[in-house]
Amino acid sequence: MPGFRFIASASVLTLAFATPAFPQESDLARVREEMKDLKKNYEERLQALEKRLSDAEARAAAKPEAAAPPPPQASAPPPAPASPIRDAVNAFNPSISLILQGTYARTSQDPANFVISGFVPSGGEVGPPPRSFGLGESELIVTANIDPYFRGGLVASFTPDNQLEVEEAYFQTTSLPAGFTLKGGRFLSGIGYQNEIHQHAWDFQDAPLAYKAFLGGRYQQDGVQLKWLAPTALFLEFGAELGNGAAFPGNDRSKNGVGSTALFAHLGGDIGESWAWRAGGSYLRTGSRNRTYDDLDSTGATVTNSFSGRSRVWVVDGVLKWAPNGNSTVRNFKLQGEYFRSRDHGDFSFNTGGPAMTDFLRTSQSGWYAQGVYQFMPRWRVGYRYDALRRGTVDIGLVNSGALTLADFPALAMHDPTRQTAMVEFNPSEFSRVRLQYSADKSAVGGTDNQIFLQYIHSLGPHGAHRF
Amino acid sequence: MKSFHFIAAAAALLFATPALAALNIFACEPEWGALAKEIAGDKGSIYVATTALQDPHRIEARPSLIARARSADLLVCTGAELEIGWLPLVQSQAGNPKIQAGRPGYFEASRQVTMLEVPSRVDRSMGDVHPYGNPHVQLDPRNIAKIAVALADRMSELDKGDAAQYQSRLKDFQARWQQAMARWEKEAAPLKGTSVVVYHRDLTYLLNWLGMREGGALEPKPGIPPSTAHLTELVATLAKQPAKAVMRSAYNDPRPAEWLSERAKIPIVLLPFTVGGTDKAKDLFGLFDDTVARLLVLAK
Repeated sequence: MPGFRFIASASVLTLAFATPAFPQESDLARVREEMKDLKKNYEERLQALEKRLSDAEARAAAKPEAAAPPPPQASAPPPAPASPIRDAVNAFNPSISLILQGTYARTSQDPANFVISGFVPSGGEVGPPPRSFGLGESELIVTANIDPYFRGGLVASFTPDNQLEVEEAYFQTTSLPAGFTLKGGRFLSGIGYQNEIHQHAWDFQDAPLAYKAFLGGRYQQDGVQLKWLAPTALFLEFGAELGNGAAFPGNDRSKNGVGSTALFAHLGGDIGESWAWRAGGSYLRTGSRNRTYDDLDSTGATVTNSFSGRSRVWVVDGVLKWAPNGNSTVRNFKLQGEYFRSRDHGDFSFNTGGPAMTDFLRTSQSGWYAQGVYQFMPRWRVGYRYDALRRGTVDIGLVNSGALTLADFPALAMHDPTRQTAMVEFNPSEFSRVRLQYSADKSAVGGTDNQIFLQYIHSLGPHGAHRF
Repeated sequence: MKSFHFIAAAAALLFATPALAALNIFACEPEWGALAKEIAGDKGSIYVATTALQDPHRIEARPSLIARARSADLLVCTGAELEIGWLPLVQSQAGNPKIQAGRPGYFEASRQVTMLEVPSRVDRSMGDVHPYGNPHVQLDPRNIAKIAVALADRMSELDKGDAAQYQSRLKDFQARWQQAMARWEKEAAPLKGTSVVVYHRDLTYLLNWLGMREGGALEPKPGIPPSTAHLTELVATLAKQPAKAVMRSAYNDPRPAEWLSERAKIPIVLLPFTVGGTDKAKDLFGLFDDTVARLLVLAK
């Protein structure tokens, strides 16, 4: 209270002196008078306070408690009221971050023709960025608590061709008991390890080939997710998701009920002070009706192939991080890897414009990647990634029956894609990053695409806490 | 037989729940773990999320932290955005309503004290500034005394049955603390006015308490690692306005301090910074005993 009064009187004084008009002698006299009043006022108040203090001390001394703490030291003033810290994030001002990105790209193959041979095109944003200077996705991230029961968030991305995409728009419970968390809306699925990590926080410019081939870059759910964390010292988490299944490997089937189901389990912990790890297993089941892609048949004519059936994906993932004594400031290392297995089973149509030919399609394909990123001194990181996909079994009824040949399905050509990637990063601060990346990409039949990217990622606004 | 043992051990690990105490306390930093122990005694089971050798700004939301936060009744953290890089994620992933911001189970120590260096203007061009002031409040023992009172009240609120124990332990702690503080202040009196170079601006409260002066920082801006250019400039400044020593907290990279020490011809003083930072800093009393003892080298 006295503090408030002091501020009030101080502001009166400041105002008095801050009047722009040149002070007249009479004004100065008035100010002197006011100051004298103030001084007198304060002296009286100080005396009153001193008296109260000495009374209180006398009372305390009169009490028979011998064990009472010694009287407050001169250096230990009575506890001041808690400082009026405001919250950075409050209901009225959600936390807002903005990510700015851009690349300079040089590739030996035209990025517009990017394909992963041997695999059904996923239709996602899987190709390299366009050549020369290019703007990456600019992301706007807004999060806040909604009320005592929910928090919510939006991640919108502005694409270089002036489209606005909703990457995530979700609510999440904060008040369910017994370790449960419910999430709903649009969110990045909890399957795999990298899937839930936003693109700007990836350790390389692009997604692993397995993500590109089997999930169209990443798997987004429009639906609900329920997670349960076990009450154990070891991190043990189970999750289930129900969604509309509109994202690849499924498609929008205008179907009532659930279009995709995902299940995952994560296990994690520390090994001593320097190591931390997480491992997981995931299962995704979804389906398609007339999920199409365009191709050229053996005569060079344009055809539309379509798939209707069931798709399943299994993922096993692991990440291991090291930092001396758990202090990652100077040096740290991160090893990450995931193994994917994907199976499609259903009807496959071949349509050149005339009557469509249909027979079954059965695929069983796999892929993996492993990557290591090492920070060898503050600000500098280097990384290496190896990607491999196995075309595995692609059983096309129309080829088996002799109606068509594999040459009529160039997208599904016999090919096991691989890629090697190296990068070096300079991080001027926690909020800015410049990365130079080189890839020898053998995704497509017929040669290596040598890709060089120079990329910047800047983040504005509060620290977004990053996932492990 | 061996495999049976293995399975039993694995099951024990899997289902090892934290000990059954009245309060499961998750301390974000070692100093709050130590303070919680002083006040809760055997009524608290305390997990300390970070160590003195870890940079409190650079912690990750590791799975082990999320798992421990799941069963916590009380989070004791610094607040003021020190843990902003990991704690919000731990809170949102732990599936534990008790420890969410705004609930009694989330205790922020920095709210109990008067913050220093509250910037009048906040802009990232100034580095990683904390808009609510310097969060490293634990190195002023007067702050510890204030925080102890608020923490005991919070524990009493959460665990009403044991409130009497928390309050009596608080009283006992305060009596010992006031005596120790008087001793430290007497011992450290010759340090008044001594100018030192710091690494990060993490010793502000300590220097303020002892009346010492900060004669420069190795980091050009908060959170920006020391650069040769800045260190060279600092050597030039120190030639004009000498400092007695360059300070380093246990978690800081030793090399920049060594570089400066060699060129500016001033000694390095390693400070524990928090409980566990040195062998002698075993608890809060040890932390200040050792800090003052190490600083007193400068008074000779």
